[in-house]
Amino acid sequence: MTSVRYDNATRTYEGTSVPAVDALDLDIGDGELLVLVGPSGSGKSTALRMLAGLEPLDGGSIRIGDRDVSNVRPRDRDIAMVFQNYALYPQLTVADNMGFALKQAGVPKEERRTRVREAARVLDLEPYLDRKPKHLSGGQRQRVAMGRAIVRRPAVYLMDEPLSNLDAKLRVQTRTEVVELQARLGVTTVYVTHDQVEAMTMGHRVAVLKDGVLQQCDTPRKLYHEPLNLFVAGFIGSPAMNLVPVGDERPLRLGGSAIELARPGDAALAEISGAITVGFRPEALQVGEGPLRAKIRTVEDLGSEVFVHLSLEHRGQPLALVSKMMPPFDGEPGDSIGLQIIGATHLFADDGSRVVSTTATLQAASAPAGVASDASPAAP
Amino acid sequence: MSDGPSPRVVGESRSVNGAFGLLAWVVGLAYFFPVFWMVLNSFKSELDANASPKLFFHPTLDRYRDVTKSTTGLLSFGEAFTNSAVVVLVSTLIVLTLAIPAAYALAIRPVAKWRDVLFFFISTKFLPVVASVLPIWILAKNLNLLNTRMALIILYTGINLPLAVWMLRSFFREIPRELIEAAEIDGAGLKGQLTSIILPMAAPGIAATALLCVIFAWNEFFYAVQLNPVQGSTVPIWVTTNISTRGDFLAKLSAASVLACIPVVLAGWIAQKRMIRGLAMGAIK
Ligand SMILES: Nc1ncnc2c1ncn2[C@@H]1O[C@H](COP(=O)(O)OP(=O)(O)O)[C@@H](O)[C@H]1O
Ligand SMILES: [Mg+2]
Repeated sequence: MTSVRYDNATRTYEGTSVPAVDALDLDIGDGELLVLVGPSGSGKSTALRMLAGLEPLDGGSIRIGDRDVSNVRPRDRDIAMVFQNYALYPQLTVADNMGFALKQAGVPKEERRTRVREAARVLDLEPYLDRKPKHLSGGQRQRVAMGRAIVRRPAVYLMDEPLSNLDAKLRVQTRTEVVELQARLGVTTVYVTHDQVEAMTMGHRVAVLKDGVLQQCDTPRKLYHEPLNLFVAGFIGSPAMNLVPVGDERPLRLGGSAIELARPGDAALAEISGAITVGFRPEALQVGEGPLRAKIRTVEDLGSEVFVHLSLEHRGQPLALVSKMMPPFDGEPGDSIGLQIIGATHLFADDGSRVVSTTATLQAASAPAGVASDASPAAP
Repeated sequence: MSDGPSPRVVGESRSVNGAFGLLAWVVGLAYFFPVFWMVLNSFKSELDANASPKLFFHPTLDRYRDVTKSTTGLLSFGEAFTNSAVVVLVSTLIVLTLAIPAAYALAIRPVAKWRDVLFFFISTKFLPVVASVLPIWILAKNLNLLNTRMALIILYTGINLPLAVWMLRSFFREIPRELIEAAEIDGAGLKGQLTSIILPMAAPGIAATALLCVIFAWNEFFYAVQLNPVQGSTVPIWVTTNISTRGDFLAKLSAASVLACIPVVLAGWIAQKRMIRGLAMGAIK
């Protein structure tokens, strides 16, 4: 049973005043694959290195299993780490790289050899055991780094952006392999990435960090559908959620249209005061028929889906929106086209926290006569 | 190792490059010529050597026989060579043994105030050699170390140590931090990190550092002649014993100088092979 627990863990680097990781509270279950995600500089690596013992704690504690490891040396924490640049020992062969930790632990040569072979078989590395790392491709090096970790059978795996040096196609493929391997071995794993797609596809749960502060830790589904705040809402999902500041007037308006909320939304709205931000995902924004008109800026046709980038006048300023449509879509840049909201809509309060998730529709408003009747839009 | 012709850079003029190349060769040859002349002289008779410059002569090994012949009461080549070898090897070994952990503490896990430490090391080089020789001589005399190899071993260790620490520190800093961290997580203590990661990866740098220590200790003359004029004298002192006040000695001195040069040239050659092999290993990436 190996769970991991960050308890109020804080790290402030020498010569800086703001903590790189600030009072992190995180519980990672036995056998769980937890992904730490956030933009560059958000403290993901620092959080991982604190767990590895490569960074000391300036506050709080970290437990692995039921042992407080806050003051335990890295080599006594029973962990294995995969580094972004793999950190393979250049002068050692693949086999010696993978067997290095066992050798340090004094495991007899015979057992070492069998365990390295076993791991090499799992990772398809058998033909390369006698090669030096520099004679391997990027993907093979990545697998050696994984192999070095799994040979150990540690209590926890730590991975810091292990796929970010692979090309896009290999990255997607390896992603699946890592997930399968982790499921098979059932070892608790903390996985760091800046790529929210990787996070959403791999993590049992995903912890979102920003400026060293944990924003939300939830299953991918909950993160997507019930983001706790504006940051998570904007960070998770691609293209990003449409976030529209609507100020403090009521009813809420998008461009010239009123936003009519379903009942729970309306009730919640009555409770809050101050400026509000309305969020709805690209797939909740329907282009074609609709009471609000916008101009098409660009159309990205990916074959399986089409992203339509739109621009409209909102509160006296141009506002950019994205819609995700099913193909075929025939609109051209420059076309004027109707908009409607057809899915979940989130309201965020002044402080960025989500107040309510509901559904909304756009109501035709007192648009100047004539505008609604120009150029018939291309219907999907 | 042949690198083939150097790649041509767009926009560079071949004639200008050629002119600079020629100049480099001329300067190089000008520097090398005296050495060449010394080697040539060492195979001549004294008469030929002292005559007006002469390129064709009957080569002979007699001068080498002369200078390596031992006369009782005089410093012999064998004795000087042994003294030098012991002093050079022992002092270099001590330097490396002390400098490697020091460089680790400055490069890989910097101690507090490592800048001050580094400055302290180099500050020991500020004092002019002539200014320090008297106190050192008095110390050596009172410790009964005059005319012993021990005196030179201690002295050369002290002189080479700061430089070695500086050099090794910069070589150690080139080792990616993740490699050492990976080794640490994989269970390697200081000894494991040193023997499996740091020393193999820094081998070219260590070879270069050792070479510099060897060269300095082998060539050092000033302290040696002050502290060990009678016993424990080293090769540079022996070379000067071939200067005589009577008769010609140019050919003999040339032969002695060539013998004094061979070990350092050899050491340089060996170290160079080690360095190239280390670099070719692709130490970093
Ligand atoms: N060794 C260090 N010394 C000082 N500041 C650091 C150090 N390492 C990281 N930082 C700072 O700490 C913050 C978090 O860094 P990091 O954990 O590497 O972020 P991430 O992995 O999410 O990109 C950044 O602002 C970074 O500049
Ligand atoms: Mg990072």
